[in-house]
Amino acid sequence: MAQVGQFALALAFVVTVYSIAASLIGIRLKNDKLIASGRNAAVATFVCITLSIAALGYLFVVSDFSVAYIAGHSNRDLPVYFKIASIWGGQEGSLLFWGWLLTLYSALVVIQNWRKHSSMMPYVTAVLMTTSLFFTAMHLFVVNPFTLTGVQFPNGAQNLFTPRDGVGLNPLLQDWLMVIHPPMLYLGFVGFAVPFAFAMAALITRQLGDTWIRTTRRWTMVAWFFLGTGVLLGGNWAYHELGWGGFWAWDPVENASLMPWLIGTAFLHSVMVQEKKGMLKVWNIVLVTLAYTMSLVGTWLTRSGVVSSVHAFANSPIGQYFLAFIVIGLSAALYLLIDRLPYLKSENEMESLVSRESSFLFNNLILLASCFAVFWGTMFPVLSEAVTGDKVTVGPPFFNRVNVPIAIFLMFLTGVGPLLAWRKASTNSLKRNFLWPAVIALAGGVALYVLGVRHFYAWLSLVMSTFVAITIVREFYKGARARSYGTGENFPQAVVNLTLSNTRRYGGYVIHFGFVLLFVGWAGQAFKVELPGLEAGIGETFTLNQYVFRVDDLSVQDTPNYVAQRASVSVFENGTKVAVLHPERRAYKAGEQQTTSEVSMRSTVREDIYLVFQGGNLDGSKALFLLYLNPLVAWVWIGGVVLGIGTMIAMLPNKKFIPKRPRTVPAERVKEVESVS
Amino acid sequence: MKRKQIKFVIGSVIIVVALAVLGFTSFQDNKSYYQTVSELYASKDMAYGRKLRVEGDVVAGSIARGAKETRFVIGHTDDKTKVAQTLSVRYVGTDPLPDTFRDYAQTVVEGEYGKDGVFVARSMTAKCASKYEKETAAGLNPEISKK
Repeated sequence: MAQVGQFALALAFVVTVYSIAASLIGIRLKNDKLIASGRNAAVATFVCITLSIAALGYLFVVSDFSVAYIAGHSNRDLPVYFKIASIWGGQEGSLLFWGWLLTLYSALVVIQNWRKHSSMMPYVTAVLMTTSLFFTAMHLFVVNPFTLTGVQFPNGAQNLFTPRDGVGLNPLLQDWLMVIHPPMLYLGFVGFAVPFAFAMAALITRQLGDTWIRTTRRWTMVAWFFLGTGVLLGGNWAYHELGWGGFWAWDPVENASLMPWLIGTAFLHSVMVQEKKGMLKVWNIVLVTLAYTMSLVGTWLTRSGVVSSVHAFANSPIGQYFLAFIVIGLSAALYLLIDRLPYLKSENEMESLVSRESSFLFNNLILLASCFAVFWGTMFPVLSEAVTGDKVTVGPPFFNRVNVPIAIFLMFLTGVGPLLAWRKASTNSLKRNFLWPAVIALAGGVALYVLGVRHFYAWLSLVMSTFVAITIVREFYKGARARSYGTGENFPQAVVNLTLSNTRRYGGYVIHFGFVLLFVGWAGQAFKVELPGLEAGIGETFTLNQYVFRVDDLSVQDTPNYVAQRASVSVFENGTKVAVLHPERRAYKAGEQQTTSEVSMRSTVREDIYLVFQGGNLDGSKALFLLYLNPLVAWVWIGGVVLGIGTMIAMLPNKKFIPKRPRTVPAERVKEVESVS
Repeated sequence: MKRKQIKFVIGSVIIVVALAVLGFTSFQDNKSYYQTVSELYASKDMAYGRKLRVEGDVVAGSIARGAKETRFVIGHTDDKTKVAQTLSVRYVGTDPLPDTFRDYAQTVVEGEYGKDGVFVARSMTAKCASKYEKETAAGLNPEISKK
């Protein structure tokens, strides 16, 4: 089966080269058959890589340890879903997975646009296939997942063998999120290749009108959705797996996934300015290019070992190839952009500081600033070492100090921007839209202060969140009320139909609302309580605020995969039992018998009780615990779900309603409608 | 440039400058020097009083866990000179030691280098020398070098 996978890869390589050549030569010779053939070849590439990755999956399932990648990332007793997830558990396989998703996207794009954009598509195919070629070359020649297990001697001789069992999958990766978090993240990273391909094709063909921007917006939404979901799932994984009570640590790998997301967010906003006003055309191409570049930089950072990180893969030879590919791609894009500048003239000018355009401008400015700060902090160790020889690093406090004010300012724009008029907002409309939300939010702020919220940023976040939440709810309310008067629908119906009739606008509001909830969750982190070093034997108790914890039992559990020490702890709130927690400490049998903590939580919308079992104390008489009380953290995950729903809504096509009047309109309602309008 | 546009330039410049100042000051307050054990010794007197992050592998059998602090030794073999050097560490941080912290683990300790030659660490990270890293912590760990 390893040979099948290897052969499929080689075939993919040939087909990819053919696809690029056929597309480019076809367009030069104006030969439609050749262009169609190049397009078909792009789909064939997907088939080949699919075969290859299926072969790798099969090798994992049957535990064929004669292949080095299988022996290094799996073992016989690993549950089968983790065996399959091990495909992306290490360097070689995860790159193959990246490449596979790229061909999947390429095939989808090609099929979706089978008969559309005939002059642009061959270039789109060529750009996508060039990226694919790079990855296929990596799989084949640099990090081949089908390399056989063996020892290579310095004289070139090889001694192949099949180990009796594999090393196993890193225990920290043995979590249900391992099955979905990396695919989501990679779908996000890879997805930015599609907008980039369209941008390049638009530049090459000089067709810089609406076509590319409309197609690109949808695909960017797709990538942005997956990337955001991946980032949040990663946070959730860190939260319940790593046992330090937090979900974001500004680790280089986390930053790598955040950077393209920030740029994608900027693009999704500035693209509206181009659609509505024909401005920011150059800027949008720059953003699409940057988002794609940042995806590649992220992949490169994760794998090359240039920055040290808990996620880091081995120092591997792929770094230099990635860097070269990024530099070449960026140079080509820059050259094309400069060459086509005359085609990218702005059709309008900014007029007022208080306008929709200007709020988008500032939104973009600070999103980019945030991305730059993250990039700077992540890359500074590498840069400073190259320049001065000293490796200077910064930790989470740096990232927080820069990004927290940026995030709060962004939240402010989230509330204000969508309600500002294009061109210039009148003072009157400002008062109408913002007076009450601002008054209520400030009143809420006073109440929070009285209740004892003294942490400035947390306070400001909560006030901003209230302000934005009110503006959003009011938009829905006003729109639905007007609609229900007009159509005779009842209010909930009107809300649904209002949303469906303008999915971009109202989906956008739902997304913004998701962010409000995320902010509430973040603000809660300022009030986290940590209680380390708790010691208790069976029957003993410890206390935190209104909670009393009683250790009921300490036991040992043996499974084929690991041995677990397990504690049973009852939680009492004001004397009533509210939960029984079972934190574990697991020693995995395969490989190096690594131990991990299995956190046990009681999660409510108010706060999470987060209990870590740290094993026995020095003389073994008592159990050691670490306890966190994490206020509001559940809102981060709820906000994430709302965000996802909002994105789905925004991607739906608008529903057209045939205007219909209610047959009999009661007289008083007619009056109402008249007085409203 | 038309007068209309000037206010946008001014607005943008104000934002960028404010963020740059914020970024710069936060950077100065939080920067620390990342060194290996050998590099730490090579920087001599400069090492005192600096915020440091030092990388090394936990020497097997050196971990002594106490109630208030944990003492251990990390070591590192310089790539060029092939000389192995060790550093005694006193971990006094409030965070619990990570699961990955054990013999042979690759650690980064964060804190200050004392005049007594002991490194006082307030926080640390550890990474298992497992499949993620192909090179093992050879040289300093007696069991590996015996083989």
